[in-house]
Amino acid sequence: MATDKYYVPESSPWPLTASIGLCMTAVGGAHFIQQSTMADMEPSFTGKPLFFLGLAWLLVVVALWWRDTIKESVTGLHSNQLGGSYRQGMLWFIFSEVMFFAAFFGAMFYTRWLIIPWLGGEGSNAMTHELLWPNFQPMWPLTETPGGTTTTPMGAWGLPAINTAILLVSSITLTIAHHALLEGKRGTLILFQAATVALGMIFLGLQALEYVHAYDMGLTLDAGIYGSLFFLLTGFHGAHVTIGTIFLLITLIRVIKGHFSEDNCFAWEAGAWYWHFVDVVWLFLFVTVYWL
Amino acid sequence: MSTAAATHDDHHDHHHAPTGLKRWLFSTNHKDIGTLYLWFSFAMFLVGGFMAMVIRAELLEPGMQFVDPEFFNQMTTVHGLVMVFGAVMPATVGLANWMIPLMIGAPDMALPRMNNWSFWILPFAFGILIFAVLMSAFGAGNPSAPNFGWTFYAPLSTKYGPASTDLFILSVHMMGISSIMGAINVVVTVFNMRAPGMTMMKMPLFVWTWLITAFLLIAVIPVLAGVVTMMLTDRHFGTSFFDAAGGGDPVLFQHVFWFFGHPEVYIMILPSFGIVSAIIPAFARKPLFGYASMVYATASIALLSFVVWAHHMFTVGMPLAGTLFFMYMTMLISVPTGVKVFNWVATMWRGSMTFELPMKWAIAFVVLFTCGGLSGLMLAITPVDFQYHDTYFVVAHFHYVLVTGAIFSIFAAAYYWLPKWSGVMPSKLLGELHFWNSLISANLLFFPMHFVGLAGMPRRYADYALQFADYNFWISIGGFWFGLSQVIFLVVAVRCAMKKGEPAPAKPWEGAEGLEWEVPSPAPFHTFDTPPVIK
Repeated sequence: MATDKYYVPESSPWPLTASIGLCMTAVGGAHFIQQSTMADMEPSFTGKPLFFLGLAWLLVVVALWWRDTIKESVTGLHSNQLGGSYRQGMLWFIFSEVMFFAAFFGAMFYTRWLIIPWLGGEGSNAMTHELLWPNFQPMWPLTETPGGTTTTPMGAWGLPAINTAILLVSSITLTIAHHALLEGKRGTLILFQAATVALGMIFLGLQALEYVHAYDMGLTLDAGIYGSLFFLLTGFHGAHVTIGTIFLLITLIRVIKGHFSEDNCFAWEAGAWYWHFVDVVWLFLFVTVYWL
Repeated sequence: MSTAAATHDDHHDHHHAPTGLKRWLFSTNHKDIGTLYLWFSFAMFLVGGFMAMVIRAELLEPGMQFVDPEFFNQMTTVHGLVMVFGAVMPATVGLANWMIPLMIGAPDMALPRMNNWSFWILPFAFGILIFAVLMSAFGAGNPSAPNFGWTFYAPLSTKYGPASTDLFILSVHMMGISSIMGAINVVVTVFNMRAPGMTMMKMPLFVWTWLITAFLLIAVIPVLAGVVTMMLTDRHFGTSFFDAAGGGDPVLFQHVFWFFGHPEVYIMILPSFGIVSAIIPAFARKPLFGYASMVYATASIALLSFVVWAHHMFTVGMPLAGTLFFMYMTMLISVPTGVKVFNWVATMWRGSMTFELPMKWAIAFVVLFTCGGLSGLMLAITPVDFQYHDTYFVVAHFHYVLVTGAIFSIFAAAYYWLPKWSGVMPSKLLGELHFWNSLISANLLFFPMHFVGLAGMPRRYADYALQFADYNFWISIGGFWFGLSQVIFLVVAVRCAMKKGEPAPAKPWEGAEGLEWEVPSPAPFHTFDTPPVIK
């Protein structure tokens, strides 16, 4: 790091253009969802095409934006204080992600501990049970909904257990890579980071298999609250693994290009923190969604 | 252009201010972005205010006059959303942008480009929402805008929501992205950018309250994102989060929503606490009474805000233990809030008081916010809430804390810092007119709502029983009067922006304290390039 001065960038076109991309993605996304799930909606340009156009737009802008940031980093404009801003910012971003998952975990516990027993008549809800669905049996996983939809729960000790092992190992390989980065061992770093990316991809492949299997055995998104929670929790986790894998892949490329040194490696560490966060979320998922 | 940044050297990176459209569209300057936020929020205040005028016009007399009930529902819904997310929140973010770096001696916000992104998402997000309203008013077939109340309870917003609900969901996601990035920027700026010697317990209270506000934002906006995502999947992908037939529960929506929604209330009011804590000492010419207790009280309010959410849901039904817990926790909040009000009053006690415009607004804030706080205490009592729930008493309560509370303090801040922003003093005559007209009309507008509420008039209806006609007439008169009074502020602000008025010295207020008064007025484009040392 060559400077002590806090770097305030020149004016930049990327925030505004990124907002335009985000707006296209949002408007396109809303219409795309409507047009693909509602019978009375005709496909139009403001649906699928706009959504993908917005997404591509956003991707290009973000790439250009980060290209600027990377240039600033490698030309030594970043002070240690700026590195601190980036690191703290990333940690708070991860905290916001934790709270996003907390909403879904909270919904799951509320369902398991309160909604299901109440629908079964617990507490002061005898009449709820009697008048709404007298034949409803409270249970978790909820294999038969009050409305009568049946489903099969996903066991913990097949693919999910293998996936748990994969993510745990990936955390270890990434930590080895981190130590290698700090000690300047490029070969070890590249090898173990590549292994981490590979493990991430294997995880995603197995999760896709698991979803196919789930749909085959009748565990679907519309199979009641168990399916809703199962797919939303594991799905958002999977989306985060995807982002984490891409993140690690990009920092791997940057490692190969020689962008990082032991005292200038914020982006690398941000990717690593993100990966560990995704791992911890999975452990909670494995215990509460699959196991207990 | 940012691509040129790489070729710059240390010595001349940013000593020329960009000009023209580029200055505003591509800004990385906390002052310009703060200005953008403030103008945007005032525009939204006028848009949301116009919707309030439609509501009050319809309620001027009993019976249906101007709009149909369906459109009335859209007005109450979008009025609330625009005011909460478009007017109050961006206004306080604008103040944070302008003032926090100046107050802590930082060269800018910690992450200037992200700062600009936080802002530019907002016009698009609100463009989407307002487009839905315009389509409803003028579009072919008048497709309904969101019509389920600003709290968008399921199943009104899921099973029965209009098609525009999906656009609404995505626009809430966008606002959320903007808020989270803005909040991260504030937290990082405060933790990482303070000038040497500016310890945490030396920070101006406005910085403290915003730090805690930003923490609340990062903690609860993702929960809002979660709940609208569940809405979206319930609407289109067959999930059953809010559908009891599938094993879910519409009440789950309310729990998740209010887990966001109650801290959100403090997100809107905590910065106001910081503003009046800056203004009252300045015009009482005494240091703030109980600075440390103010910090701890703010933190206590923030922490308690996570465990009071179900007081919005007493009539929905909850186990007795839950009801009692949420009732007592809610009442507990009055303790740190009381500490604050006591401290403001104690600051004024035996002060050398003068009553310039910012002080007038600040004192009005203390009195009228306390009024709203007391009606809040009444609403906290569960059996009493059974009576008050969803009546105009609730409307009176939250408009006292949000209009005569949050918005009055934002005006106080504007009159206090406009000299620093623009370099000219805001017009005294227009300011006095704005203040007195707003003060009287706001009370005419909101105070009688207590009475009609206690007498049983429900909120969110386009019509009412004849017995409420007299009060509603005067409430509407107060509403139009308050709405028109805000046009005066538009003139005040435009005059300042055009540099019309008496030139302001670096420190226009005799008793004002803080680093922001050490720099000239208007504040130069870049300030504190090298951090000042605070002793």
